[in-house]
Amino acid sequence: MSPFTIVAQREFLSRVRKRTFLLMTLLGPLFFGALIVGPALLSEYTESPDQRLMVVDHSFLLVGTDHVGKAQLDYLNPEEFSEAQALEALKNRDEFDGLLYLPLSENADPDFILRNARLYNKNDVSLDIVGDLENHLASAATEEKLKMRGVDPAVVTQAQTQVNIRTMDLTDEGAEESAVGLKMAIGFGAGFFVYIFTFLYAAQIMRGVIEEKTSRIVEVIVSSVKPTQLMLGKILGIAAVGLLQFLIWVVLTGTILFAVSATGLLSPDAAELAANPGMASSPIPAEITGTLKALNLPLLVSSFLVYFLGGYLLYGALFAAVGAAVDSETDTQQFMLPLTMPLVLTFVLASSIVENPNGPLAFWLSVIPFSSPIAMMIRLPFGVPGLQLALSMGLLVLGFLFTTWLAGRIYRIGILSYGKKVTYGDLWKWIRMKP
Amino acid sequence: MTPVLHAEGLRKTYQSFVALEGLDLSIPEGSIYGLLGPNGAGKTTFLRMVNQIIAPDSGHLRFQGQDMTPAHARQIGYLPEERGLYKKMKVGEQALYLAQLKGMDPKVAKTKLKEWFVRWELQSWWDKKVEELSKGQAQKIQFITTVLHEPKVLIFDEPFSGFDPVNATLIRDEMLRLHREGATILLSTHRMESVEELCSHIALLNHGKKVLDGRVQEIREAHRSNTYRLVFRGEAPTFQVPAGVQVSEASAHAGSGHQAVTVQAPEPMAGLLMQQLAPQCDPISFEEVLPSMNDIFIQSVQA
Repeated sequence: MSPFTIVAQREFLSRVRKRTFLLMTLLGPLFFGALIVGPALLSEYTESPDQRLMVVDHSFLLVGTDHVGKAQLDYLNPEEFSEAQALEALKNRDEFDGLLYLPLSENADPDFILRNARLYNKNDVSLDIVGDLENHLASAATEEKLKMRGVDPAVVTQAQTQVNIRTMDLTDEGAEESAVGLKMAIGFGAGFFVYIFTFLYAAQIMRGVIEEKTSRIVEVIVSSVKPTQLMLGKILGIAAVGLLQFLIWVVLTGTILFAVSATGLLSPDAAELAANPGMASSPIPAEITGTLKALNLPLLVSSFLVYFLGGYLLYGALFAAVGAAVDSETDTQQFMLPLTMPLVLTFVLASSIVENPNGPLAFWLSVIPFSSPIAMMIRLPFGVPGLQLALSMGLLVLGFLFTTWLAGRIYRIGILSYGKKVTYGDLWKWIRMKP
Repeated sequence: MTPVLHAEGLRKTYQSFVALEGLDLSIPEGSIYGLLGPNGAGKTTFLRMVNQIIAPDSGHLRFQGQDMTPAHARQIGYLPEERGLYKKMKVGEQALYLAQLKGMDPKVAKTKLKEWFVRWELQSWWDKKVEELSKGQAQKIQFITTVLHEPKVLIFDEPFSGFDPVNATLIRDEMLRLHREGATILLSTHRMESVEELCSHIALLNHGKKVLDGRVQEIREAHRSNTYRLVFRGEAPTFQVPAGVQVSEASAHAGSGHQAVTVQAPEPMAGLLMQQLAPQCDPISFEEVLPSMNDIFIQSVQA
């Protein structure tokens, strides 16, 4: 076995044998599941309670309405209460959270009323309620305006039409249902995984290098293995850990999904299904299964592997260089920002990429090697021309060859340098230094 | 005889700092070769070159007459000054890993390791983590992994630093045993007593250059200063000596507790001095005082 293989093997085995690996591998799918379901559950269970508002409605715009959204409305007689008196009353009545004041308009102009409407907060009225009130008042005002012009609002309601264009993707096989939502979900999900994986495993490389440096074993090792071989062995050994973990997650998640769908628990109307067993045979909506079929899953999965590995190798080498340059993990801060910036920025720009998956921003982010692993994964479900994909992958390969070369130059000097706080100037010197 | 290691014109600079400036060295096969010099003299740079960790800017290194390649590094065992082990790894597993990196077959390595572990009473630590070892035990493991593949050349950079006296003796005895079995040993150290005790040859480096090298005995002879010591019983008389010879005040001899004087002559004249001084006292011994390696070291570095 070559020294490189021995190093990679040690890196792999020493990690997969750890209890934390087993734990993370088994709990990973649960964790990611929780990440997806958690926010929805959280908002479900932390829904804000109803709030009570005093209303002084001089214009009678809200007449007859006792609830708007989550707000309960209690009216004061506008003839008895001026705005100032109503505010005084609000101060003395603890059960009320705020006061909505709608002024009088001499010629009953709804626009005037709403321009001058005021909501006084006592116990922070929620933004949802403010939004609901605005919507409700806007409809009431529209209705008033229609009436003033002699139009029956019911006629207008009847005349309104709901439009729902079915978007279809034209492929070689014909037109197929396009589900933008699902594509977005898959794109975001894959991009997010690449982002997390890159950080998670690249950081492991960095910690491994720091450990070798601080435990002072590195000089013993490099007397048997070339520094670049040691670095690459470490990077590839940890990549194998990542791939194994990913594979186990895919199998586990697949098994769980299969088990759950087989028991019918995944259906949004499980209860309904139970009541009417003949209603549907599949718990997954037909629209989604149709889109899943339309998406090129083999391309998505293989591209995911390419971008995960490419991104990891590109950043992994740079993280290894950072590990070699410092004496302890606390010293890594100054070098981490420029490394994490492109990743974080791409992730922040994800929604812009989704909005226009073939626009210039999406294109450039998906071909520049520092952002392409995330950006391309977000774009892929929407369809990317083959040439662009090839260009992006080609540049990614060149990118990681470049960063590996660069990192190797820093690494070979850094691992044997102790005790001095390294600056960017030092790194530049190391890059230019003869081995 | 072809030297086991031969360096010719080795030069290495780090930016403006010159670590080695045209170093020539020949390390004879079967020698215990001491590499001496103050901090920053270029010792570690030279050792890293021999181990193919860094390359010289110019110059050549030959191993048994051949231009040195990374393959030769497998015939070397290197215990660097900055040494350690993976703390979280099991002791046996780690020793096996390091042996494999040196090209050993895992089965052979395991058998040999077990022998060493028995010899140094480390058997019960095979499956323990390195972080559980005492400092002395960890140092023993480091030594074992350095010599396990039975290399032709053993390189120890400050091998005794951090060792307690018991372990230092153990390591020294092992070094001598390996030397008797044919290994050439290259030793870089500050400890002059170990140089005098162990080394057959030395080279003294300063500011990246070789100041002197050769056999220890020859170097000491070359640095003799015609100083003699006379140990005698009873009170010190006023010694009558030839012109140009100076005799120190008498003081207690460290070894015997008898009186002793140091005699400084302008040229070698041991015979004449013995003849003249012996009748003037009740002599016990008369010997030439050769300079210690420490004296030569300080003298050469200061020069």
